[in-house]
Amino acid sequence: MLSTYVPIVGLFALAAAFALFSVAVAPFVGPRRYNRAKLDAYECGIEPVDQPLTGGRFPVKYYLTAMLFIVFDIEIVFLYPWAVANDALGVWGLVAMVVFIGTVFLAFAYEWRRGGLEWD
Amino acid sequence: MTVWALEADQPTLADFGNDVWWIVLIKVVGVFAVLVLMTLFAIVFERKVVARMQQRIGPNRVGPRGYLQSLADGLKLAFKEDIIPALADKPVYFLAPVIATIPAFVAFSVIPMGPVVSIFGERTPLQLTDAPIGVLIILAMSAMGIYGIVLGGWASGSTYPLLGSLRSAAQMISYEIAMGLSLVAVFLYAGTMSTSGIVAAQADGSELSFFGWEFTGPSWYVVLLPVSFIIYAIAVVGETNRAPFDLPEAESELVGGFHTEYSSLKFALFFLAEYINMVTVSALAATLFLGGWRAPWPLSIWDGANSGWWPLLWFFLKVVAALFVFIWLRGTLPRLRYDQFMRFGWKVLVPVSLVWILVVATMRTVSRETDLTAGEVAVFVGLPIALVLLVGLWLAGRAGQSDTRQAAAEAAAGSNHPTSTEPEVLPPAGARRRPAGGPIRAEGGFPVPPMDLRVPPSPRLRREPVSTAGEPVPGAVVGTGRRGATSTSQEDGDV
Repeated sequence: MLSTYVPIVGLFALAAAFALFSVAVAPFVGPRRYNRAKLDAYECGIEPVDQPLTGGRFPVKYYLTAMLFIVFDIEIVFLYPWAVANDALGVWGLVAMVVFIGTVFLAFAYEWRRGGLEWD
Repeated sequence: MTVWALEADQPTLADFGNDVWWIVLIKVVGVFAVLVLMTLFAIVFERKVVARMQQRIGPNRVGPRGYLQSLADGLKLAFKEDIIPALADKPVYFLAPVIATIPAFVAFSVIPMGPVVSIFGERTPLQLTDAPIGVLIILAMSAMGIYGIVLGGWASGSTYPLLGSLRSAAQMISYEIAMGLSLVAVFLYAGTMSTSGIVAAQADGSELSFFGWEFTGPSWYVVLLPVSFIIYAIAVVGETNRAPFDLPEAESELVGGFHTEYSSLKFALFFLAEYINMVTVSALAATLFLGGWRAPWPLSIWDGANSGWWPLLWFFLKVVAALFVFIWLRGTLPRLRYDQFMRFGWKVLVPVSLVWILVVATMRTVSRETDLTAGEVAVFVGLPIALVLLVGLWLAGRAGQSDTRQAAAEAAAGSNHPTSTEPEVLPPAGARRRPAGGPIRAEGGFPVPPMDLRVPPSPRLRREPVSTAGEPVPGAVVGTGRRGATSTSQEDGDV
């Protein structure tokens, strides 16, 4: 049974070897001409400040998106096996899934209503 | 489980995992070569097609008709200087392109490219491997690829890559939801998640009768489940960071996005990963919705079309057709704004997918449990449910916007109050808060800079004593040291 996954490991190993080789060999193949300006962060011509603009911080909106993602990803995790086994589950399977999707839908509508989906 | 009348050449799950080691080796190297070649081809193809759409000729110097151009570009990239920015986090900076590349390759491992063929006397399916959870491997790998982009942007220690990678992360996880939901209906119909099983399920159309009118239904899921296909097609464009959803590398605002600081072969790896992802989602579209390697209708009349090595040709024709659509989009559509993009993903694609899943599931269950025909079920059950759900959703969305509209009306009536639903009590005024009476918003809530806007002084000037002439004018934005202080709400929308 596990042998169906062996080719995936093979492809993984080949891709990893290729990528690591490319990354490792790049500094030696290309030329090296030192220039301090090259090592600065790219800033469209202004001299860069010591840190990225946001100081490594970013808006909380991204966390919100990530949390929404988790909610829906778990819903998807639940939907896939249900979809595959749908023919065996009968009417009761459908009812259960309608209730489940409806619950998530309510939370989604609430968040929509409270402006949680507004980007700015 | 549904039983289909299968030809001998149609691989089943039992056909996988029995290959001799050298067959596995040939397949692994074959998949690797196919992906690299498809990337080289896709880059030239894209440049030539976009050139034609812009009334240019495109690359035509290197090799026959210019088709070796991307090979030449790739070789040249290898001999470019490998620059590591001084602020970069070196181990992560090195590993990020690797992390982006590996999942891109691995995702292709479960794509079926053809039926059972004989390679040097060994009978084996033209597919690296398959598992009962086949499509899940592709989804998992496409999710892993995000790490490469996020880490690469973060490790560069620079502003544009950081913004690009954050956008990319939010964009890819948002559109992954839509993509994942669009596949549920396919699994529902196929009754399996194995890619070869889904191709087999699209082999023959089922017998349908629509109010007494008998005909053989379409077998491709693009016809049976058009909404799923449209959502999938839109979502993967966002998922692969392609125009018009190429916000993580929006040249006009973020220079190069997450790979601004990358050069030489590391940049080439990011580029490779992006194009491989494009090929993979095109191949997945062909597998799940366009009948996989099976010949399209007029050709399928010929008996030999679905056996031997011919299916390889049909498969790659479908993939190239899908790639052409990607390029067509890029040549036609302007880039969306980020807020428009996120709004579309969360407020259109996700709700529509959920409604569609409920409609499809209900129709399928009703037609199985009762003796109604599929057409009657569609009219009596599917349509009413879809209408009720969509109207409910529309009402919810309208209610959500009413606050914004009320505030907009107030603003139009003369009150100089921002139209956003920000509470009156703001957190302790930090540098990032816009000054009171700051950017005035026009009627629709679109921020406009004040007429007497001054160019903020450079942050470097703060190091020397600087005397600002006069009092800060209300409405004018004056730098207070950090450049973040000058951010108008428009800039906030950018990050």
